Amino acid sequence: MCLAIPARIVELEGDRAVVDAMGNCWKARTTLLPQAKLGDLVLIHAGFALSLVDEEEAKKTWQLIAEISEFDDTPNKVSG
Amino acid sequence: MTAACQSLGRRINIMEVCGTHTVSIFRNGIRSILPRNLKLLSGPGCPVCVTDQGYVDTVLKLADRSDCIIATYGDMIRVPGKDHSLETRQAKANVKVVLSSEDALQLAKDNPAHTVVFVAVGFETTAPATAVVVREAAAESVDNFCILSGHKLVVPAMRALLSGKNENINAFLCPGHVSVIIGYGAFAEIVEDFDRPCVVAGFEAVQIVEGLGEICRQLSTGKAELISVYSAVVSEKGNSAAQRIVDECFESVDGYWRGLGEIEKSTLRLNDKYSQFDAFKRFDISETPSEEEKDCRCGEVLCGLIDPPECGLFGQSCSPQEPVGPCMVSSEGACAAWFKYGREKIPKR
Repeated sequence: MCLAIPARIVELEGDRAVVDAMGNCWKARTTLLPQAKLGDLVLIHAGFALSLVDEEEAKKTWQLIAEISEFDDTPNKVSG
Repeated sequence: MTAACQSLGRRINIMEVCGTHTVSIFRNGIRSILPRNLKLLSGPGCPVCVTDQGYVDTVLKLADRSDCIIATYGDMIRVPGKDHSLETRQAKANVKVVLSSEDALQLAKDNPAHTVVFVAVGFETTAPATAVVVREAAAESVDNFCILSGHKLVVPAMRALLSGKNENINAFLCPGHVSVIIGYGAFAEIVEDFDRPCVVAGFEAVQIVEGLGEICRQLSTGKAELISVYSAVVSEKGNSAAQRIVDECFESVDGYWRGLGEIEKSTLRLNDKYSQFDAFKRFDISETPSEEEKDCRCGEVLCGLIDPPECGLFGQSCSPQEPVGPCMVSSEGACAAWFKYGREKIPKR
């Protein structure tokens, strides 16, 4: 459950953001990454951005997540 | 890697301490391409798997109270307790799955007549998210919110393994996203105190193989080092904002781990400043280890002492559909990964 998901910040007001990963959008907070800006790619875990990440690394992780979700049939699994 | 392993000429045990590494290793068939004398051990890298049975039973007891709502990450919902799991309690409607700690706090604001207990599990990656909402609950006086902290620290568990639980571990493939928070520098003490290579790696097949290759190189030269091959994401010092907020809210105390027993300063508990949000104190619960399911060998699996198929329950009475132990419940558990990807290697009984 320690996997963090790369996502792009598409809206940001204070420390409240909307992030987008592979076309899925959800709310997240930037409280733990105060330097995050609109348009940044960040790693999200349990609703919080933890670090900046580059495009190439993000793509690798998205690919892995797609593979793991195939494997994981646990309902309502937390994304992270 | 092959040349390094050949030159060593003895069995090498490398432990990965991250459930996502475990799944990726199986998913990509990495075990099948490794030199014959290199063995991968899946260590205590899945927070659900290492959560002590006593903690699970405590959550279930709180779920039986009509004045409580249990807010939990989905990962914990199917972990079996003595007689049932949270999933069976979900029917009573006071068990809610949340995707973030913030959702748990919101649940408390929306249900002022109930006490919302957040099942706060996870390693260093997850603890900062809990700390943020505890601080906010205090600032906004959300008095009907509390957390049952089962947050665990990875480095003390690695120390415990090397201090008697399994000294045959030659090196660690260190967790990627835990390191995002604590920084790869946090593993320096393992290299210095135990002379074991520690390499932080990403999750893609190539990154994992690169990490294993670096470990083999170090073992063949006889010099243990701390290296991160995940520099795109992990820094030496980690996320200082996250570390600060965890330090502000929590203190590390001795805690129980499944399979590893009590480990010194390995569990995060809310400090005095935030103790009013500590469910252990609010409900006067003392954390005591419970008896684990008889015949379940998850504890030995977590220490890397056996492979899952060596457990008599594996694939018989214990499967992902009907799990007995937590390593089969969690998709990141070693037993679940072996069940899904490693069955061709199961020895005939």
